[in-house]
Amino acid sequence: MAVIVEHRYPDTLHPLHAVVLAGALPLFVGALLSDIAYARHYEIQWNNFASWLVSGGLVLAAIALVCAVVGVARRGSRTRRRVVYLLVLAAAWIVQFFNALMHARDAWAGMPDGLVLSVIGTVLVAIAVALGFWTPRTGARP
Amino acid sequence: MTMFLRLPAIAMAAAALAACNPAPQPVERQYGTEPELPQPHRGVLPNMTISTPVAWGDSQPVAPAGFTVRAIATDLGIPRQTLVLPNGDILVAEGRGGYAKPLKPKDVIAGIIKSRGTTSVPSGNRVTLLRDADGDGTYELQTVFAEDLDAPYGLALVGDDLFVANQDAVVRFDYQPGQTRASGEPETLVELPSEINHHWTKAMTASADGRFLYVGIGSNSNITERGMTAEADRAVVWQIDVATGMHRTYATGLRNPTALAIQPGSGQLWAVVNERDEIGPDLVPDYLTSVQDGGFYGWPYSYWGSNVDDRVRPQDPEKVASAITPDYALGSHVAALGLDFSEPVMGPEFTDGAFVGMHGSWNRAEPVGYKVVFVPFRDGRPAGDPVDFLTGFLDQEAKQARGRPVGVTVDPRGALIVADDLSNTIWRVSRDGATPAMPAMGTAPGESPQDQATDAPDMDASGQTEAAPTE
Repeated sequence: MAVIVEHRYPDTLHPLHAVVLAGALPLFVGALLSDIAYARHYEIQWNNFASWLVSGGLVLAAIALVCAVVGVARRGSRTRRRVVYLLVLAAAWIVQFFNALMHARDAWAGMPDGLVLSVIGTVLVAIAVALGFWTPRTGARP
Repeated sequence: MTMFLRLPAIAMAAAALAACNPAPQPVERQYGTEPELPQPHRGVLPNMTISTPVAWGDSQPVAPAGFTVRAIATDLGIPRQTLVLPNGDILVAEGRGGYAKPLKPKDVIAGIIKSRGTTSVPSGNRVTLLRDADGDGTYELQTVFAEDLDAPYGLALVGDDLFVANQDAVVRFDYQPGQTRASGEPETLVELPSEINHHWTKAMTASADGRFLYVGIGSNSNITERGMTAEADRAVVWQIDVATGMHRTYATGLRNPTALAIQPGSGQLWAVVNERDEIGPDLVPDYLTSVQDGGFYGWPYSYWGSNVDDRVRPQDPEKVASAITPDYALGSHVAALGLDFSEPVMGPEFTDGAFVGMHGSWNRAEPVGYKVVFVPFRDGRPAGDPVDFLTGFLDQEAKQARGRPVGVTVDPRGALIVADDLSNTIWRVSRDGATPAMPAMGTAPGESPQDQATDAPDMDASGQTEAAPTE
């Protein structure tokens, strides 16, 4: 007897998509922590760290964004949740992009705006990660 | 579909915000003793307007009527500052310095953009000698006086000692009048602060009595973005004892003192200083100022006196309160890199005042600078608006630069020597009818232990040149 199981793993991310999405989060968190350290101690090296961490996070998040667009564009895998995930990730990327520009300012010129954008951007990235990895349970419910 | 509109929307948002940089507002007074200072402002992206280099072709810089412009040396290795020797020979310091590595992603991107507006020839790291033996205005001899230097910039002659300010040390050569080649390796007089060398040019001049050298040491950042520890011994002018090499800090808070000169008569030290970027097209004016012993001129805590720069942490209200307001604003972003006092031989209009070479802007939508101006003086102080002396370096509409002036030196035979580090040319702007015959080669009559670049030597027997101006 043939058993056809559709969508055994219905909505998981492609491994590449998963790696870049998960990888972006600690970079943005690191940038946020570095911003806090700079704001507290005026030690410029934290500002340099934050600037690179935001840039690195943007690269990974951009790849994740492309994956998300492709995912939504494919008819079979378009769900409401995937669209919401894409929109949140896009919003996070835009916020972090302007955060990167803010971090390109010299010394304290990027503060406190850079810290504020880091907080907003990191929260949005965290929500995007949660949405991206959240997978509905399949199979029979007890 | 929403998601497909999203990405172009990002690009459009970025472009729109880049356009949010403040348009150059009509600022009435960008120069003089009381410049108008707008509020600091920076868009999401900094203004970077690079003037594309183009060849001079058949054109050349434009001088006032009664002056003739000639290229007296070409194909140099980035000429910066010049020194006219007592016998009329000209020394040219050539090179490019700095060890600053990119610290942030921004530095990588900005470095690529800025390099598009400068020459691509390798750093000369040498001093070239130019000679016009028969006084016809053609410098038929162009020879290397000394090589294997490290980004030489400042030049000064004190008696038989020729001092060259490398980016890391002041070195001394023996010099005999008429010499065309250094007789040996230089000896180090004193090492200079050179770590990072964000601003690497070591401007130099000698005091009127020849006892001291003054060396300008620029800051290690635009506005402390490399940290305050990198700024130890930076943004200062040193006074160095010629005999011993001992030094002391003469003045502080001068962000980038790119040229120094001694005022004839008074013996007062003057400097042109490049001020900070990225707070708007009309901030902060570069300036010309007398440099007071022990004076603090604001950097990094404040600009133009006590205007606080909020980008610096921690702040220092006490230092701000003690900041001296400079004497004369030259305009924001003009990048003044050359300074020399004039002499009566330059003609009645240009007798009393100082020539200033302006390299030209990058941090401004509408380019400024790219010329040599004359700042008239009266009673030993700047008085009146600057007068264009040498223009034509910039094609304003096309935003193309044919050249960028750096060092300016008054030749006591009645000319201004202008180094152009984009076309790698030395321009000689001679006053018509003012060029006397050369003194006999190998002699230096009436030589006094002074920086010959900034003080008129008693010239030859032709009777052309008056005695050094007296005030």
